[in-house]
Amino acid sequence: METIKIQGTEDTPKIILDAGNDILEISGRSLPEDVSSFYEPVLNWLNEYAENPKKKTVFNFKLTYFNTASSKLLLDILMKLEEMHEKGQDVLIRWHFPEDDEDMAEAGEEYAEIVDVPFEQVPY
Amino acid sequence: MDNKKDVKGFLEFVYEFYKSMKAHEITLVYEGEITHQITKAFTSLTESNMSKEDEPNSVQRKVFHVMVECLQNISKHADDFTSNDYLFSGRGIFLVSKGENEYSVTTGNAVENDKIEYLTELLENINRMDKEELKELYKRQMKEGRLSEKGGAGLGFIDIKRKTNKELEYHFLPISDDTSFFLLTSTISRSDN
Repeated sequence: METIKIQGTEDTPKIILDAGNDILEISGRSLPEDVSSFYEPVLNWLNEYAENPKKKTVFNFKLTYFNTASSKLLLDILMKLEEMHEKGQDVLIRWHFPEDDEDMAEAGEEYAEIVDVPFEQVPY
Repeated sequence: MDNKKDVKGFLEFVYEFYKSMKAHEITLVYEGEITHQITKAFTSLTESNMSKEDEPNSVQRKVFHVMVECLQNISKHADDFTSNDYLFSGRGIFLVSKGENEYSVTTGNAVENDKIEYLTELLENINRMDKEELKELYKRQMKEGRLSEKGGAGLGFIDIKRKTNKELEYHFLPISDDTSFFLLTSTISRSDN
């Protein structure tokens, strides 16, 4: 399946969706001008991946900042992963946050409360 | 002669303006169209200033959050005006001030009068809520709310109150029979907690 690699910028995150090498990751900052169209390829990729996933799926979030509009799209991604988990697939979310960033830790906790999927908090 | 007088008057005004900015500890002021480019430019400028001044990370992050949400509120709601030739559409004023104990971020933009009731209710409701209620509201809105055409998620005010833990101060001043100027100030404490 096709690999997606998007370089991060000052207002958009770096994205790697590489099923072959088991790297699924969103990192950096997210405040794109148009959140829906920015995240559309990610959601499309996940839809395709979900049809034929690897034995174990680990999705890494390593964001340093996201705006409120992005928070909604991140939830869409998490809900897609939740759907896979509900179908019996082995899915793990790893939510990385800077050790001193309480708000980012709390954001992870809140997502973990909303979606029913194995969720790991990883301070760094 | 008259022209010279005008120039002098204008320069005196600039000096008064400068003094007034200093007196109010204003570090950034802008009037004009608020776009994504402007949002990026101001946030990165303020960020590098705060970093130079060794502001704690948590304060820097909060100021950044508030600035982005305030600016995006204006840019995403700028097109709400039904009359497309309206002078104020898409424009606004943006101010950042830095006091001894806090930063404040103020925005002002024109809104149609029939939005005042809705905005007042929304802001009062958010101001009344405690931490836990705000968290629940944010989660619910994120799950059930829909993105507007311009990408507004209706989460901005909730996020500002949550990040600053301070009431949002706002004011409406009449411009005409149909429109008012909507001013909003958020304050961010400079103590690291």
